[in-house]
This record gives sequence, C-alpha cells and structure tokens, in this order.
Amino acid sequence: MKSNTFFRHIRESFKSLGRNGWMTFASASAVTVTLILVGVFFAIMMNLNHMASSIESDVEIRVYIDRTATEEDATALEEKIAAMPKVDSVTFSGKDEELDSLISSLGEEGEAFKLFQQDNPLNDVYVVQAKTPNDTIPLAEEIDEMEFTANVNYGQGTVENLFSTINFGRNIGIILIVGLLFTAMFLISNTIKITIVSRRHEIEIMRLVGATNSFIRWPFFLEGLWLGLLGSIIPVAAVGTAYYYFYDYVSPKLQGHFIQLLEVTPFVYQVGAILILLGAIIGVWGSLMSVRKFLKI
Amino acid sequence: MLEMKNVYKKYKNGVTATNGIDVKIDQGEFVYIVGPSGAGKSTFIKMMYREEKPTSGTITLNGIDMGSLKNSKVPLIRRNIGVVFQDFKLLPKLNVYENVAYTLEVIEENPKNIKKKVMETLDLVGLKHKVRMFPDELSGGEQQRVSIARSIVNQPKLVIADEPTGNLDPDTSWEIMNIFEEINTRGTTVIMATHNKTIVNTMKHRVIAIESGRIVRDEQRGDYGYEI
Ligand SMILES: Nc1ncnc2c1ncn2[C@@H]1O[C@H](COP(=O)(O)OP(=O)(O)O)[C@@H](O)[C@H]1O
Ligand SMILES: [Mg+2]
Repeated sequence: MKSNTFFRHIRESFKSLGRNGWMTFASASAVTVTLILVGVFFAIMMNLNHMASSIESDVEIRVYIDRTATEEDATALEEKIAAMPKVDSVTFSGKDEELDSLISSLGEEGEAFKLFQQDNPLNDVYVVQAKTPNDTIPLAEEIDEMEFTANVNYGQGTVENLFSTINFGRNIGIILIVGLLFTAMFLISNTIKITIVSRRHEIEIMRLVGATNSFIRWPFFLEGLWLGLLGSIIPVAAVGTAYYYFYDYVSPKLQGHFIQLLEVTPFVYQVGAILILLGAIIGVWGSLMSVRKFLKI
Repeated sequence: MLEMKNVYKKYKNGVTATNGIDVKIDQGEFVYIVGPSGAGKSTFIKMMYREEKPTSGTITLNGIDMGSLKNSKVPLIRRNIGVVFQDFKLLPKLNVYENVAYTLEVIEENPKNIKKKVMETLDLVGLKHKVRMFPDELSGGEQQRVSIARSIVNQPKLVIADEPTGNLDPDTSWEIMNIFEEINTRGTTVIMATHNKTIVNTMKHRVIAIESGRIVRDEQRGDYGYEI
C-alpha cells in the first residue's frame, strides 16, 4: 500500500464518521455505556480483591515448639521449615514474648497470668507465613508431621471459611465480568446490525469498481477504532473522577483499619488504559464484523 | 477482445439462464443486447465482469480466462471494465467528485492526477458544476452521468451497461446515449443491454438478440426487432 493510500484511508474514515452522523453517535454511545459498566465494575472488583489479599496475607501459621526440644533441635526445625518451597518467612517468638502478648491482649483479666512469669508454661513459637495464602492449610499439615512440633495452629475452621468465602467472591466476580462482556457484545452487535444493510450495498459497489478486500476493509477498521476511542472518553473521565472523590471520602474512614482502598494513582491510570484498550478492541471488532460477511475471499 | 465458447449458466435454483452461447466481440465495437425480460441478458453480461461464473464453457477477456480466475484477482480485472446499471449504484455517502475519484483511488493513482482526471471526466458528462452534490440530490439522469463518469475515468478498454436508460425519460435517455456514443468514438468497446427500441433503431450498431439463453440473431447495424 502506498503511503498516499494510507492517508486516504485515514481521511476517509474520519469523513465517514462525520457523514454517518447519528449512527456514529449511536455506536459510540453503545461503547460508552458498556465501558462505564465495565469501569465501575472493574474498580469495585479490584478493590475487593485488594482487601481480600490483605486479609489473606494476614493469615499465619503458629508452630508451637515441643518443650523437650533442645536449642539445636529448634534451630534444625527452623531451617527445615524455611527450606520448604511454599514458605515465605519464619519468625521466632519466644515463650516470654508470647506470655506478654497474651497478658496485654486480655487486659484486666490478664493480670492473673502475671503469676506465670516465674514459671512460664507456654511454648516457644515459630510464626510461618506462606508465599501464597491458599497454601496455608496444606503447609500447616506438612509442618505438623515434623519432629519437635507440639502443635500447629492457623485458626483452623475460621481460615477455611474465610478462604472459601473469598474464593467464592472471586468466582462471582469472574462470572459477572464474563456476563458483562457478553452484554457488551450484544449491545454493540445490535448497533452494527442497523448499518449492515447499507454496508452490503456499499461494499457491492466498491467491489464492482475493482476495490480489493483490504482496500475496502481499511477505512472500516479505522472508523471502528475511532468509534471505540471516542466511546471511551466519557467512561475514562467519569470512572477516574468518581474514583478520585470516592477515595477522598472513604479512605479517611478506613484510617487505622488494616483494610485499605487502592491508591488513586496509579489505579485510575490503569483503569483508564484498560478502558481505552477495550474501547478500541470493541470498536474494531464491531466494525470488522459488519463488513466481514460481504467480503468474499 | 471478448470471446465466449459454448457457455452455459445454470443457477443454483435450477434455472438455466445461458444455454450455449458462442460469441466474439472485437475492440472498439458497440453492441446492443436485446431480448425479452428473463431471456438471460443480464446473466450474459454478468459473466463478462465475473459477477457470475459460467457453469461450463469458456469466457476469455483480453486473453484472460474469466471462469478459472481466482476470486482474489477479480478486483484487478474489474479495473479494466467499466460497469453501468439501471439503478446507478453510486456510493450514497460520497459526493459526485468522490464517487468518480473512488475508481482512481482503488488503483492507487497519484493524487495529483486524480483531481485532473475526475474533473475532465465530469466535464465530458456535463456535471462539472455539481461536484459537491450527493447522489440523493441529483436527478436520475444526473446520477447516471456520474455512474458513467465513474466507469470511464480510468479509461477502461470495455464499458458494460445493463439497461442504463431503463429508469430515464426519453430526452434524458438520448443525452446518456450520446455520452456512450462519444466514449465509443474514442475507441472504447461498449456492450449494452437495452429495451429501448427507438434508440436501437436510430443509433445503429451491432445487435445481438437473446431468447431463452441463446443467441437468436446477431446483425451489424441491426434493428431492435421486437414489438414492445
Ligand atoms: N441470481 C439468480 N439466481 C437464480 N436465478 C436467476 C438469478 N439471476 C437471474 N436468474 C434467472 O435467470 C433467468 C435470466 O435472468 P436475467 O439474466 O436477469 O434475464 P434478463 O436480464 O434478460 O431479464 C431468469 O429466469 C431469472 O429468473
Ligand atoms: Mg436484466
């Protein structure tokens, strides 16, 4: 293709946008509506996922070291645990520390336990963090099998519940995203159907005067691209602004909580980029779909 | 330039529209195709620019076998053939100038030449003053002029017309015919299916009559030969 022809296609695609008037408006609006839905939904999903991850990563395994274990035994155990591929970190917490934190966590009633400071009945503890939170349970079971472990605790019961709730939430999210994309495709393809009749006629004529398939396809491809980009302007601006104000309003209330929203930057840029890309893909896909049928290979 | 040998065309619905045609048309000829409706005139013409493929037999255009031509090569062939229809077939969203220029853009003509050639051709068909108008702002006769301009702007060797005056009043039809006559005078072959008895009997040329998919008459400077 000569460069003149390429510029011709670009010129033609813009001209066509202008001359198609309300069809351009209708198609761009369909993209806009879709992308606003996707954008809002995506922002919610990403934040929920972020929160879920911080909850998950708070889950730890407490390995109580057998009181009969010698110092060498304990060190050997630590090395063994640290060498496991699923393990992220191992931290030692001595029995005195354990007692102090128990006393302070119980407040007034904790005073009574101060008696034990002379003869501490607690165990030394290794606090183990898994690389992937979902590996916590099998990891705990493996450690339990090892020598010199008195007991292994990861919040049995609650953690299983927590994980299955979070996984359930994520699956629902994926289903909703897929559903949303199908809705988008339905919306766009319906808009396209309206243009199809006139396009069939146009393409027939173009072929009659000797236009090749690619010559016909280029302007449609570009037109779809502009439509998609045009349709993504409002969603990017709207979702970005809305998130900025939402963050401004909500994040002070979460101060001190360990659940946090994603920072405005870079998050809104990421969402923006995704929406623009999606808009371009939807636009090009829609436009090429509407001409594909009439281009005999 | 065009030769058909023992050509048959049977459509998928079982209709045999071309029933054994042998014909030869030379460069520079002006040929009328006449015959009753449904006789197979359009089918005969469509096979010339590969809108339809023959079921059997061979069609050669300037030495190229149209039957075995690959689909991807069809656009290249079309660039050497101008086609004109009863319903004009203009691109509705392009103005007069753009419709004519399209033919040249397709062959990636130098943009400098496009303007010159388009304006010359529009001058020839008498539409130089309406270049910015859109097809739906033009009369039937004017639309047909645009369509003719588009078909000849890249100077094809052959122009094919299927009832080009079918939708036009008598005066306008004559104006259109004069343009075809002029094109032919410049050396372009013209093949035209028509029902216009007066024109065929006045502007004398070779006449090929088709009935039931067969050539029943082929005369130089012939008559229309049917009562309307
Ligand atoms: N695309 C098609 N599919 C099936 N039958 C067709 C098609 N085109 C034309 N025919 C049939 O072929 C016959 C010849 O048609 P056509 O070539 O259009 O004749 P004419 O132009 O002389 O009126 C008619 O019986 C018509 O119904
Ligand atoms: Mg016909």
